[in-house]
Amino acid sequence: MVRVVGLMTESVIRFIAGGAVVSVFALIGDILRPKSFAGLFGAAPSVALVSLALATSIHGSDSVSIHAGSMLSGAAALLAFSFVTCHLLKRTRLSAALATLLALPVWLAVAFGLYAAVNP
Amino acid sequence: MIVRVSFSSLGDSRWYEYVVRFLLGGAATVMTGLVGQLWGPAVGGLFLAFPAMLCASATLVETHERRRKKEAGLTGDRRGADAAALDAVGAALGSVGLMAFAAVVLRTDASAPWTSLALASLAWALAAGCCWWIYKRLRKARS
Repeated sequence: MVRVVGLMTESVIRFIAGGAVVSVFALIGDILRPKSFAGLFGAAPSVALVSLALATSIHGSDSVSIHAGSMLSGAAALLAFSFVTCHLLKRTRLSAALATLLALPVWLAVAFGLYAAVNP
Repeated sequence: MIVRVSFSSLGDSRWYEYVVRFLLGGAATVMTGLVGQLWGPAVGGLFLAFPAMLCASATLVETHERRRKKEAGLTGDRRGADAAALDAVGAALGSVGLMAFAAVVLRTDASAPWTSLALASLAWALAAGCCWWIYKRLRKARS
């Protein structure tokens, strides 16, 4: 019971902190021009900052390096995802929502493929 | 080539779009935490670079551009897709910065985690900024 309450409290803190930090990065991206520069903030470490800060505060710094090791694979997958999304938008008449949705399996495949390669 | 600040673009967003971003950001952070709890920090770490925000921002950029063109009497479909594609280019460059962020967290002293996060954020900004500068130089040289 205590563990469930702890998990719920942690999730609420995560939700509020995550929402706030992501909104701040998104606002910065909104006011910057040109658009390609503003796009950098679509890959800002907002979720990572909140998650790693909470992991440090709650669980100590041991898990942080494990998180960071896997994050390298996730970031490489994000590069592939963004590349595919850009090409789908340029070469087809798909909407942004559909293009990103179609590119999502690319992120999953690259992220878990690299993860499996690094952790055989 | 020069980066500038344009506060007028804030007027393009509706109030509910800010709420959606907040909810999506919160949900992505909670999901990352739950994945870490269920399958361990190694799998959870992958989701620190999950493209939830890029999906939202590309859609919003497209909607804003299309709305602006429609107000000028045009369809704006092509322009909206081009703007979203440019947003995705920026995210691709930013993801190199995200790799730098992760590498710095991985390599710095675990006994000073807060310093490590501050240095990693700086590494993200530098790497992403440099990649964008190189991208712009290459585009300019090609045209």
